[in-house]
Amino acid sequence: MTETARSQTAPIEGPDPEKVKAELLAKYPPKVARKRAKQIIVNRLEPGDKVPEINANVRTVPGLMSQRGCCYAGCKGVVLGPTRDIVNITHGPIGCGFYSWLTRRNQTDPDTTPDGHNFMTYCFSTDMQEKEIIFGGEKKLRQAIQEAYDNFKPKAIAVFATCPVGLIGDDIHSVCREMKAALGINVFGFSCEGYKGVSQSAGHHIANNQIFKHVVGLDDTIGAGEFRVNLLGEYNIGGDAFEIERIFEKCGITTVATFSGNSSIDAFANSHTADLNLIMCHRSINYVAEMMEKKFGVPWIKINFIGAEATAKSLRKIAAYFDDPALTERVEAVIAEELPAVQAARDDIRPRTAGKRAMLFVGGSRAHHYQELFRELGMRTLSAGYEFAHRDDYEGRKVLPGVKVDADSRNIEELDVCQDPDRYRPRKTPEELAALSAKGLEFKDYQGMMPEMPEGSMVIDDISQFETDLMIEKYRPDIFCAGIKEKYMIQKHGIPMKQLHSYDYGGPYAGFKGAVNFYREIDRMVNSRVWGYLKAPWQTNPELAATYAWE
Amino acid sequence: MLKPSPKAPKFTVTRNACKLCTPLGAALVFKGIRGAVPLLHGSQGCSTYIRRYLISHYREPIDIACSNFSEQTAIFGGGANLKIALDNIRRQYDPEMIGVATTCLSETIGDDVPMFIREYRESCAGEDLPPVVHVATPSYQGTHMQGFHAALQAVVDQLAQGAAEAGPHVNLFPGMVSPADLRHLREICADFDLPVVLLPDYADTLDGPLWTEYQRIPEGGTSVTAIRSSGSARASLELGDVLARAKETAAGLLWKRFEVPCHRMGLPVGIDATDRMFAALAEISGRPTPENHLRERGRLIDSYADGHKYVMDARAVVFGEEDLVVGLAGFLGEIGVVPVVCASGGRSGHLAACIAERFPDHSQKGIQVLSDADFVTIETAARDAQPDFLIGNSKGYSMARRLDKPLIRVGFPVHDRVGGARLLHLGYRGSQQLFDRIANTLMAARQTASPVGYTYI
Ligand code: SF4
Ligand code: SF4
Repeated sequence: MTETARSQTAPIEGPDPEKVKAELLAKYPPKVARKRAKQIIVNRLEPGDKVPEINANVRTVPGLMSQRGCCYAGCKGVVLGPTRDIVNITHGPIGCGFYSWLTRRNQTDPDTTPDGHNFMTYCFSTDMQEKEIIFGGEKKLRQAIQEAYDNFKPKAIAVFATCPVGLIGDDIHSVCREMKAALGINVFGFSCEGYKGVSQSAGHHIANNQIFKHVVGLDDTIGAGEFRVNLLGEYNIGGDAFEIERIFEKCGITTVATFSGNSSIDAFANSHTADLNLIMCHRSINYVAEMMEKKFGVPWIKINFIGAEATAKSLRKIAAYFDDPALTERVEAVIAEELPAVQAARDDIRPRTAGKRAMLFVGGSRAHHYQELFRELGMRTLSAGYEFAHRDDYEGRKVLPGVKVDADSRNIEELDVCQDPDRYRPRKTPEELAALSAKGLEFKDYQGMMPEMPEGSMVIDDISQFETDLMIEKYRPDIFCAGIKEKYMIQKHGIPMKQLHSYDYGGPYAGFKGAVNFYREIDRMVNSRVWGYLKAPWQTNPELAATYAWE
Repeated sequence: MLKPSPKAPKFTVTRNACKLCTPLGAALVFKGIRGAVPLLHGSQGCSTYIRRYLISHYREPIDIACSNFSEQTAIFGGGANLKIALDNIRRQYDPEMIGVATTCLSETIGDDVPMFIREYRESCAGEDLPPVVHVATPSYQGTHMQGFHAALQAVVDQLAQGAAEAGPHVNLFPGMVSPADLRHLREICADFDLPVVLLPDYADTLDGPLWTEYQRIPEGGTSVTAIRSSGSARASLELGDVLARAKETAAGLLWKRFEVPCHRMGLPVGIDATDRMFAALAEISGRPTPENHLRERGRLIDSYADGHKYVMDARAVVFGEEDLVVGLAGFLGEIGVVPVVCASGGRSGHLAACIAERFPDHSQKGIQVLSDADFVTIETAARDAQPDFLIGNSKGYSMARRLDKPLIRVGFPVHDRVGGARLLHLGYRGSQQLFDRIANTLMAARQTASPVGYTYI
């Protein structure tokens, strides 16, 4: 932990968190309260980065309004959605496919693949009708695949199952196999029915499995580039991946594949030839990294390109791994070249943002990563939590051996991966790895969010709408980060709200340029004059003025 | 009769749908009832997706609960989950009504939701339970419009009560219109001095001011008490030409059960259609059309006279919900624009007939009607039809972009502009706004296309 990080973890002032927790639980029936009590944790820091245990990746209680989406959303919407050259067919009634039609702001650049394919703007659905629900939808699915092929001649077609499909027993995988043979292109299916698992996280896992099974390793060509990496768990929202690629290029680092922002199926097929996997969003994609390491010998490290300091640190990690003086020199030169502009922006803005307080409830890694940027602005995180993360994302991977797998997750397939007899190639000797570890480069490790959060801050897993309301009332943070579903409710309270799923049409926020974008954005937001107009001058109700400090 | 164009190739797969799913419509109706919380019976995804879709249009908080099926629930049924959900919603929100809509999942497994609700009621004997209204909304049977109207029927069916004597009030079922439209309709009724049960009325719940005081459920909406009284209204007004052809509707039910007279007419877009609504209101209230609306009508006609040369003979592609398409097409015809393609993802089977009624000369005019159409089909037809502009929801943007024609955004959803909730379509005032937007769009296009930068057109 850096010095700045440590000073930021000092206890926070404000209402007694334990009392707040009690209030959050007060309205629930005893059983629900007991369950939520394990998901609402007051952060305590003990030596050795030890933090309290939090219950995560457990089913949302019916009737609590959650931020979560479904397994299908995680699989089709998040992981495969940004891959431009696969035709994605949703097998199910119209809604599921329609709602996942280009609703994330993943950017892509079709000009970087020779065929220029980009099907992201299309939404294919079998639009199941009653007839198919009763008599089965395999025939319609087969036709749909054929039509998609006739229309676009894509390299690959993927099929996604929605809830009803699992129940009526359509065998999408056999249809896919059959069509793969008939069409001579890659056709594969995802059994990602929405009711599986407890959140979109299950869908990420299923997506990872199938991509690994059906795509990774199909192309052994070793491409150009001396320092070849994959960027995992970077979805190119608002152009984040473009900014990271820009920095990589300057440093002379080659990206073989990004999973899955600005991605193409060809790059996935070739990704096992990279020499290092960089994990950005640990939650959604660590499975692929693990499997690639087992099968092909590609090691992985956790990096973070959100925050200028974090970006510099991550670049240094990559340089340390490759251990090449020329690369190290270039990386240092790039950092030295990029940081002054960031520093200048920060010096300008920080006086206006320092001391302000943020809450972040989003995703499976962003709630952690963005605390970096707020720290750089001198802001503190009062409370944070994930929508679909697991315990290791909160407390660090050290807790993995002790994590209980419940009924909901047990049904998600764990692929049995073993060393590839021909293609397994350790990138480093055990001695080299040990030496790197000794120098502080942690492999296969992620510390989690809680060790970097302030003492007494509240960590809430799968926060509900009701709890969000109460948290805002209790703390009145200066900014709240979440998604579109929470956005307008938060703004109704008169609190600026930043979307960290879609970035509110802004971005990129990754890398050096991204950091500057983010500083400016937050400056504008927490110092906006809009909130000052909330009350008309004649509204001088003293009671209200007492409850809310309108600034 | 008008038939779908033979040129449109028939596809199995729906590409870029021009419709949404059924429970979305139902949730919207529940949002228009005071203190109501919608609850979707199924897995998490549907409610999250639907919330996100609605929220991105209205830009307001929209809470929709769900009963959160797991794999086990999907196999063994969702009774227990539904009851837990009802319990938790009551504790957190203290609602005045809970509206339960099913999803494809619970419908596929055949959950008996009315029975679950009965059992829940029995288990809460002695407690003060809010009404729990249930509607079946499998998406494989219809679109969001079916869900919308099914929910209205369910609400009326399960709540309306008769009375010995008819009250002074009128029921108004406006269809899926914007909050601005709802406000305008309320204002019109007030000007006629007619108390109105507007159902649904999400004018405030989905388009409200910032809060100065904390609200668990946004204020506004038609109260359960008012809905109960719909059985004793002096008349019902139901808007929508396609809806008027449906076998069962909310107003139809009130007529059958309580003999509330029912007036059906198209959406009041344009002079003709609005005149019809005002005539009906005049008849029901026994008062003439209020002066301010007459003046609004006068100004609208004046603007038609002033602006007709800009819009005359322009060609338009109209798409969206069937009733909105019919209303807009009628209005466009009135101002001399030819709606060369009238398209909807709905498939009531009545769209062609409704358009034919508005345009007896449709074949001379070359008007094409596309029912049950997706955007790829609409785009193909639009390309052939060489329109001057497109009018419909924001999902048509990529089509407009490829055709290089302006898109005038109306209806739902409008995700790529602010103010979707504030778009006014209805009445003389709404028609005025539409007319100005259309004329200005055409003028802007001409101005841009001109080699000379005229500032005086
Ligand atoms: S399952 Fe049905 S209700 Fe749910 S999103 Fe899909 S179409 Fe809509
Ligand atoms: S039906 Fe299932 S797959 Fe479709 S949105 Fe709902 S939960 Fe997700």
